[in-house]
Amino acid sequence: MNKTLRTVAAALALLGFVAGAQAQQKELLNVSYDVARDVFRDYNPKFTAAYKARTGESVNVKQSHAGSTKQVRAVADGLEADVVTMNQVTDITFLVEKGLVAADWQKKLPNGASPYTSTMVFIVRKGNPKNIKDWADLVKPGIQITIPHPKNTGNGRYTYLAAWGQALRQPGGNEKTAAAYIAAFLKNTPLFASGGRDATTTFMQRGQGDVLITFESEAELIAREFGRGGFQVVYPSSSIRAEFPVAIVDKVVDKRGTRKEAQAYLEYLWSKEGQENAAENYLRPVDADVFKKHAAQFPTLKTFTAEEVFGGWEKAFNTHFKDGGSFDQVYQAK
Amino acid sequence: MSAVRRVNSESRPVRWALLTLAFLFLFLFLGLPLLAVFAEALRQGFGPYAAALAEPDTLAAIRLTVVVALLVLPLNLVFGVAAAWAIAKFDFRGKSLLTTLIDLPFAVSPVVAGLLFILIFGRQGWFGPWLAEHDIKIIFALPGMIIATMFITVPYIARELIPLMQAQGKDEEEAAVSLGASGWQMFRRVSLPNIKWGLLYGVILANARAMGEFGAVSVVSGHVRGETNTLPLHVEILYNEYNSVGAFAAASVLGLLALVTLLAKTVVEWRMARETAMLNAELPPEKTDK
Repeated sequence: MNKTLRTVAAALALLGFVAGAQAQQKELLNVSYDVARDVFRDYNPKFTAAYKARTGESVNVKQSHAGSTKQVRAVADGLEADVVTMNQVTDITFLVEKGLVAADWQKKLPNGASPYTSTMVFIVRKGNPKNIKDWADLVKPGIQITIPHPKNTGNGRYTYLAAWGQALRQPGGNEKTAAAYIAAFLKNTPLFASGGRDATTTFMQRGQGDVLITFESEAELIAREFGRGGFQVVYPSSSIRAEFPVAIVDKVVDKRGTRKEAQAYLEYLWSKEGQENAAENYLRPVDADVFKKHAAQFPTLKTFTAEEVFGGWEKAFNTHFKDGGSFDQVYQAK
Repeated sequence: MSAVRRVNSESRPVRWALLTLAFLFLFLFLGLPLLAVFAEALRQGFGPYAAALAEPDTLAAIRLTVVVALLVLPLNLVFGVAAAWAIAKFDFRGKSLLTTLIDLPFAVSPVVAGLLFILIFGRQGWFGPWLAEHDIKIIFALPGMIIATMFITVPYIARELIPLMQAQGKDEEEAAVSLGASGWQMFRRVSLPNIKWGLLYGVILANARAMGEFGAVSVVSGHVRGETNTLPLHVEILYNEYNSVGAFAAASVLGLLALVTLLAKTVVEWRMARETAMLNAELPPEKTDK
């Protein structure tokens, strides 16, 4: 009997040890999307050092990364994120609907709460053997496109809207020509990857497809990982502007008493250091000076936003990605 | 008996062909991937491998995996023995229902199991508001991961014990009680020694599953680095970060665990077979006949 008691005591001690290790210093949890790991791995130590220097207080930042939809779902279900850093406005709107984030979150920070932007570019095999230069080349017969699924990944949604938007903006373009373009585009897409990173591995490691469409920032990471020899980046004549909205989760910070730290954490993204960090990770900084300094790595192209072409994210989401939306219609007809 | 004879009477080439096929299959689908894990992990030599394992996040993942297993196994042990005992030694209404319920985790997809717990304990779930009011965290914290792992591993011990206890019957326990043993004495001196190898076997299987579980834990984990990532979740994260040495190093820990489990399992099986043989030898022949 004694032995049993001792085992129970040991188990409780263990539990205490695990719990105790968690709560001493002020902590922030940043819940983020899948491919943002590198940005925040670099950013967090810079922020904590600057915050310590300014206030004398130390704060510890924890990260959580997974597919963006899964992440906001988790926050809605009780994952205690102090801040969310996403790649689509819709993800944060979802948290507004759940009463976790204040409705005016985009007014609380500059630039509609998006500290940097990116755009969708093409990655093709070395020497561009299929001669892919622009969107029109993607729908030629015999081209294989690799992208993540447009219905449940941010990366895939941006790609889909970029393809739709540029077709719409062609001379004489309308809903019909855009739908026809998308039909041809999806015909050349034999399979969808499950996420941004999965698409990259499918394309680079397993050699699937002639062209991968992904964020400009991801292209640099591919170069760092797989070497610069195996592929090249093609900038189409126009593409969508990807925004990376950030927000404080009001309900959580008020409960945990971390509003001050969370606010400082997000504001620091707009500081020179924060902007430099973004540029180093090949995200286009909103700060004009920092952008100019790194202009060489950001070729110019015409970009359009979801607001301009689709009248906002909510509308874009409802017409294209909801069940029975344009994606489903085109995909089922395929 | 006749089936055995027929297999034995197969011609030599057929037997060889079957054996080769079986081994080839096992090698291709089990041996080769395991080798690949270690080869990839050690691709850049032992130094980077050790460094990858010493990463704070990886260490935290290993620690969490061990903690979850250590907390889940005793709970499952108690439940498994109690359930098997009830099913094997007593007759009661709803016995077949209980047997079916124990098997439920085998039938339910782990992801669905995870989602069930979110529906129950999540912020928008049944107990969500009450838990939030009392500041109790279950989902996206250790308790949730323990509950999810328990759900997945509950059948292993009970499933292992039920047939064993049923085969043994209740004669020995009845004899012990008639000789004046208390309930606890009977359990310690008679029942436990009889089932100990089966019990150990169940614990080993449950442990392997607990440490390797991905789906259910992934849903309730929240993926906070260094905090709620178990080893299997951490492997996926590292792999998605293009950190293949780190991912395969972490995977090799799981692989090693599988090998140790296999070894322990073989030893236990061997002891079990020996003890059963000894037991059968002492019994009159009609009892061994099924």
